[in-house]
Amino acid sequence: CLSERRRGQLAALSIAAVVIIVGVPLWWRTTETYRAWLPVNQINELANLQLQLSADVEVVFARGTVTPEQQKKVPTQVVISLCLFCSSPLEADLSLHTLSESPCGSLVVYVIPESSTLLPEDVDVYIGQRRTALLRIGAQMRVGRTLEQLLAHLEPRIKQVLQVMSFSHTDITAALSDRVRLSPGNKESIADSMRAFKSSPGYEITFSLLNPDPKSHRVHWDIEGAVQTYIQPLLTKLAPLANFSIDSQTLYYAMLGVNPRYDSSRSAYTLNSDSLAHVINPVEARLGSNAASSNPVLNFLLYVPDAHHSPLHIHDHKKQEVLSNAFHSPRWGGIMVYNVNGFYGPEAVFPVDININMAKVMGVFLAQLRLLLGVQSSAPPPGFLVAPCSSTGLADWELDRLMWSRTVENVATATTTITSLAQLLDQIGNIVINDNIAQQVSSAVTSLQLAVAELEAGNLGFALQYSKEAILASERAFFDPSLLHLLYFPDDQKFAIYIPLFLPMCVPILLSLLKIVSEARQKRRERQAKKD
Amino acid sequence: CATGINMQAAHWLAPRMTRQCGNDFQEELVIRPLHSGDIYASFQFRTVWETDFMRGNKVSHYRLFPKSLGQVISKFSVRELHISFTQGYWRTMQWGQPFQPSPPGAELWVWFQDSVTDVDGTWKELTNVLSGIFCASLNFIDSTNTVQPSASFKPLGIGNETDHRFLRYATLPREIVCTENLTPWKKLLPCGSKAGLAVLLKSEKLFHSSFHSQAVHIRPVCQDWQCKTTSWELRQTLNVVFDLHNSAQGKREWSLFKMFSRTLTEACPLASSSKIYIDITDNPQGEQFEVSPATPLLSQAVVLGDRRTFSVYDLTQQITFGTVRSLNLLIRWKSSEGDMLRPLLHAERYVAGYGLQTGEIHTLMYNNHPYRSFPVLLLDSVPWYLRLYIHTLTVTSKGKDNKPSYIHYQPSKDRLRPHLLEMLVQLPPNSVTEVTVQFERALLKWTEYTPDPNHGFYVGSSVISSLVPSIVAMDTNSTRERPLFSSFFPCKEESSYFVRVYTEPLLVNLPTPDFSMPYNVICLTCTVVAVGYGSLYNLLTRSFQIEEPSPGLAKRIANIIRKMRGVPPL
Repeated sequence: CLSERRRGQLAALSIAAVVIIVGVPLWWRTTETYRAWLPVNQINELANLQLQLSADVEVVFARGTVTPEQQKKVPTQVVISLCLFCSSPLEADLSLHTLSESPCGSLVVYVIPESSTLLPEDVDVYIGQRRTALLRIGAQMRVGRTLEQLLAHLEPRIKQVLQVMSFSHTDITAALSDRVRLSPGNKESIADSMRAFKSSPGYEITFSLLNPDPKSHRVHWDIEGAVQTYIQPLLTKLAPLANFSIDSQTLYYAMLGVNPRYDSSRSAYTLNSDSLAHVINPVEARLGSNAASSNPVLNFLLYVPDAHHSPLHIHDHKKQEVLSNAFHSPRWGGIMVYNVNGFYGPEAVFPVDININMAKVMGVFLAQLRLLLGVQSSAPPPGFLVAPCSSTGLADWELDRLMWSRTVENVATATTTITSLAQLLDQIGNIVINDNIAQQVSSAVTSLQLAVAELEAGNLGFALQYSKEAILASERAFFDPSLLHLLYFPDDQKFAIYIPLFLPMCVPILLSLLKIVSEARQKRRERQAKKD
Repeated sequence: CATGINMQAAHWLAPRMTRQCGNDFQEELVIRPLHSGDIYASFQFRTVWETDFMRGNKVSHYRLFPKSLGQVISKFSVRELHISFTQGYWRTMQWGQPFQPSPPGAELWVWFQDSVTDVDGTWKELTNVLSGIFCASLNFIDSTNTVQPSASFKPLGIGNETDHRFLRYATLPREIVCTENLTPWKKLLPCGSKAGLAVLLKSEKLFHSSFHSQAVHIRPVCQDWQCKTTSWELRQTLNVVFDLHNSAQGKREWSLFKMFSRTLTEACPLASSSKIYIDITDNPQGEQFEVSPATPLLSQAVVLGDRRTFSVYDLTQQITFGTVRSLNLLIRWKSSEGDMLRPLLHAERYVAGYGLQTGEIHTLMYNNHPYRSFPVLLLDSVPWYLRLYIHTLTVTSKGKDNKPSYIHYQPSKDRLRPHLLEMLVQLPPNSVTEVTVQFERALLKWTEYTPDPNHGFYVGSSVISSLVPSIVAMDTNSTRERPLFSSFFPCKEESSYFVRVYTEPLLVNLPTPDFSMPYNVICLTCTVVAVGYGSLYNLLTRSFQIEEPSPGLAKRIANIIRKMRGVPPL
């Protein structure tokens, strides 16, 4: 009855074949989660990214700084009569600016003769409001015979200028410190790097007038005018960096979190610097979150102390009065205490009308805003003279500095976002990756690569633009709600559902396959025995 | 809009605080002792902000107006926003008409400006933002519970745009209102809960009541008679009914302290007017109840078609607080007799039928006016999982068929949008009009059930809007400048008043599966399939051979014996 056995074996084999050829792919396809293609290789390349920044520096020699034999080697000669009638470096700076408009991120260094009276005696380098610097050539620098030697002599000075006006190693480290753990620097530099807000495509600036005592003080502030006069020029200048929106509000009965201590020697109330940390929390509950956008909010509070706690002064660590009577909280905003008890006498009828001197207030807030936005004003090296602030409150090179560090920070942020997203998607196989997410990831990667390339080429404006696009695309991909869908569909539950069907079906197939194999082996052994 | 309180007393009380930069804030509290012994307190806070909003200017400097709401208005181009959170059901027959009606749960209706192109997208974003501001589950508002009423909800502010494409209306009848909703609501007030009437708003008392409703209404209003300047009006209202037995231990005696566990010591210093009104209409000679401290100020106003008299306490006057520097109003009932005026319009609703397949919604509308009929607009928004059979819609009054003069019906789409039924029905005098419609319950997918599905599914209240004939149609005030020929008959133009009545929400049971079933079903089916498959597999793969039948038991025993004897087996 061999044919009967043979038929059984064939049936078992064909059923196994059907299960493997039709069943398994069908099951695989119907239970598979959709995962669009991601540029994994490029993301992995981004993970160990080498950033190279380059800035164009143009060095212009004024007449009398280059000896004739050195001049021969200069390929092109542009003779510029350097401001014959200028008496101050500020005027020279302005007139030079009109001569040549340098693009964002580049620098022009004008080398002027030693004998020039443009700069004061002890000043070697003057940094203008635009992207220009004046460098007085030293006597020892002229010893070189060739232009190369001269340039080699000038190099350390130009490097210093570059560090002040564009970027230094510490800036870049600070910009990266949030994303990349570098060598732990000293405490102060960490505190410095933590102060500024993180890079974001937009910021909301909120001015709040806190009046805890509307029964005694009727406070008026011309915030519209003050914003137009003091804040708007700075923000217009910063427009390439981010979008800013400004609003203001008045909050009544908003108290500080700490009770100020009465100092009888000065007959004033004092707030110690240790207690300032507790001031913000209760106030913040009243400030209200921004309903209309998810950008970070910079809060600037003007606190008018109530009549019973006036005047109120902030004291620093050394128990000295803080002149501005203001303090700021890193990545949050600033608070200024504005005493009004001097505006009325003891026999005043409450409520008293009080108009706030906005110039005084806005001066403090503007300084805090510069700090919080990360406009660094580190002390220049000796022999440097920095031009006074222009009416906009921000020099061109300061904006450039900010743009350099923001671009680097954006690139770092977008890179970490994208790599961690790729890692997450790699680890959890259950997440559906839709086409739009794949597209966002790809565009983020492309923008990142472009930004890095532009940084290398020294095109700061484009680099910033691309880095912003990269951040937007990467955040949109990372926070897409569809990436959470199948998280709660764990494998053990899947197996619990599959086992009742798969176990009874697979066991007979496996057993009969094993039997067929063992029979075939036995048959072969018998045949071998027969042959022997 | 229904409360037009004339400030007759306002002439001689010079406004204490001039308006600052077009901002104005007023607060008031109306207390109405109810005949049942309960007490009704209604707070209103009104902030007016003079600004030019229609040109889409970006306004960003806020003084009295809360910044969070201002940002919402300007970001989403909202023209009108009405939101209410209510815990409990307003018993119209016991308590009369409320000043601001609201349905149980949360209600939100918004008119957008006609510059909005993607209204549905904006609506979705707006509900999410509002849900964050008010700590409520408004984010559950989606297309399945949003409707666009064609007639029932008209703008209450200025502007003549009435294209209902820009209107969205949604209710969440399941929403539970509690302290976490009150706190952000109080934060919108300029004085917070630090001064003025808002110090009375303590949540441990407010939520220990029969009815609690808080609302925010934002609308554009005119600043003056010619409407030269416009302004935003933010009205925050809070209505609460305290129960006689629960809050007063059965004693018919109320005081501010008993109600709110606080007394008043000052007005909000930012308010241009701060007043308490006590409704003493049914108590002209003081024979029903007595109010102390007494006040010489009286005010008359026509509220909801009825002329009412109020005692007024002006909190901006220091004399109000007396020598103890605190105001604790005391209302002591003398008799429990007397009856309140029956409301002219009220409504009820219930689900009839049995079983889990079909049912019938009954809506009863009562017209208690003795001789006048009036039309009402009925709005019903029914979720898609109750499939209405609109051909079974019947409207009957006094046993006769009552044909609606206007029907707007939008059928539902499964999982997309609800049914919307709007009808204009004429209610005959002194009658009950019954609207019935049958429905079938749909089967939901197992993920669509709420966490507690056996509790049932809520269907939002019906909304009945109507112009009810006023009882006081007489205009006795003949002092106004009018031509003589037009002023002999003391007839007022507005002889009817607007009323909105909400019915009870419905609680409907849907066929609910046993939620452990899916796994059981999977196991059972798999076992059946496996058994069938196993036998088929056996049949296919086993080879069958004829086997020698084995000898029987007797034969085997015999063989053993034979073996022992040494005889060959059988």
